[in-house]
Parts: sequence; structure tokens; C-alpha cells
Amino acid sequence: MRQAIYRLFWAWDFDKEEKWLNEMAARGLSLVAVGFAKYTFEESLPGEYNIRLELLENLPSHPESQNYLRFLEETGVEYLGSITRWAYFRKKTQDGEFNLFSDNTSRIKHLNRMLVYFAIIALSCIVAAISNFTSYFGSGYLANLVVGIVSLCLGVFIGFGYFHIDKKKRRYKKEQVLFE
Amino acid sequence: MNNSVPALTEAVYYILLSLLEPLHGYGIMQNVETLSKERVRLAAGTLYGAISTMLEKGWIRALPGQKDSRRKEYVITESGRKVLTGEIMRLQELITNGKNALGGLSK
Repeated sequence: MRQAIYRLFWAWDFDKEEKWLNEMAARGLSLVAVGFAKYTFEESLPGEYNIRLELLENLPSHPESQNYLRFLEETGVEYLGSITRWAYFRKKTQDGEFNLFSDNTSRIKHLNRMLVYFAIIALSCIVAAISNFTSYFGSGYLANLVVGIVSLCLGVFIGFGYFHIDKKKRRYKKEQVLFE
Repeated sequence: MNNSVPALTEAVYYILLSLLEPLHGYGIMQNVETLSKERVRLAAGTLYGAISTMLEKGWIRALPGQKDSRRKEYVITESGRKVLTGEIMRLQELITNGKNALGGLSK
């Protein structure tokens, strides 16, 4: 039986999201599909699956991503779906340990991808805010002021996510001085 | 010995070793696990990234696909072999120096 659960995670808390999805899987509810803040689960054996998340380099429809998804499939990984470039995967526990990255170099590369992603969104929000404020001071339309404030808040908020990921990256970098 | 390639990562080293014979991605993962007695478990994303970079560098190449197989096979190239040989020499140096420095440790 399928069951949908609505829950919102901030993209930079992807590890919390992953942890929650794995807790669900451990209890016998495995993720099968994703939508915006919507998770569809299916009954499975407790602990039958492990779940992983990745921000892909390109949209899932891109040929490069298609190659990657096929490659993962060969290793027993099932692609469940994605929201923009955030992809969700599962693998049967009996088919072996499931990690997408096994060294710090590739973990840092993944985080760098996220940093670019958040930086672009945050900067677009701030540009939108500035242009709306400029219009507001020119024309006095209240709508411009409101949109400007909302964009600014969003930009600052996503900027916070950027620094959150950057902190994580610095932790790995520090380790890299000593270990691979 | 002059070798311009810096130290390889463990993943890259073991992938190159595995590709002395043609193998597909999953085969590489299994081979690395066997070689290292299950100490090194390559994750699929890490492996994919390493393969892409090594293809770009020309250390490995993809074999033309067989008709009935969707799996792509890879094999080491001449320049990949050079990198691998250089790395083995580098590792040899590390081991020799370590053993000499620690002296009596060997037994």
C-alpha cells in the first residue's frame, strides 16, 4: 500500500532529510516517489532499503545525467525521481552498503556543486530585490516594495544555506590535510 | 626518477589496477573490494567521477560497446600504465623509507 507524507526540508539540510528517509525505511516504509515537499512511501521489509540523495550536475533529463543514472542502475541502485536537480535513490541492503561517495575529494565536489546552486539562487533573489526597490523608489508602487522585501528575505535565507554547506565543506577540507 | 604526477588517490590507484583487464563499472567495484580484501569499497558516485576524469586525461578508454550489452567497458591506456608505474615507484619509496626508519619493526 502506498502512503504519502508531506514534509518540508530545506535543501541544505539534505543529510537530515536523508536520515529521516532512512529511518522510515528502517521501519518498513520505503520511499518510491518524490514531489515538492511530498514523499510517497511503499510498505517494504524493515531495513530492506537504504536511501541516498544527490544534487546532480545536470537536470535528470540531460544526456550526461542519463549516463550517470544508467551507471548507478548497473550497481544495483534504483533511481526514484527528482526535484529539479535533487535526485533520490534507493538500494537493497542485501546488495551491499549504499554510499554515493567514498572519499573526501568526491564529497567536496558534491558540496561545491551545492554551493554554486545556492549562490545562483541567492544572487538572483537579491538582484530581483534590488530591481524591485529601484522601481518602488521611482514609481511608488507598493507591490514593488512587497516583492522586493520578499525577494530580499529569500535571498538572505538561501545565503544562510550557502554558509551552512560551506561550513560542512571546510570540515572535510580540514580532514583532507591529514587524510585522503 | 622524475615523475610529474602527484600522488594518486586510493580509488584512482585501484581503478587503474583493475583496468589492466577490460571491466565495466560494477566489475571495477567488485574487483577493488576483492583486491583490498573488502577494505576499500568504492561508492558508485565516486567511481563515476573518477572514470570521467580519467577518460578526459586519457588514462583509460571506453571499449566500443557490444551489441547485447548496455554496460560500458573500460581499459587502461599506455599513458595510464605510465601513471600507474610511476605511482608504484612512489609507493615503493614510501615503504622503503618507512621500513628503514622504523628498523626493527619488520618482525
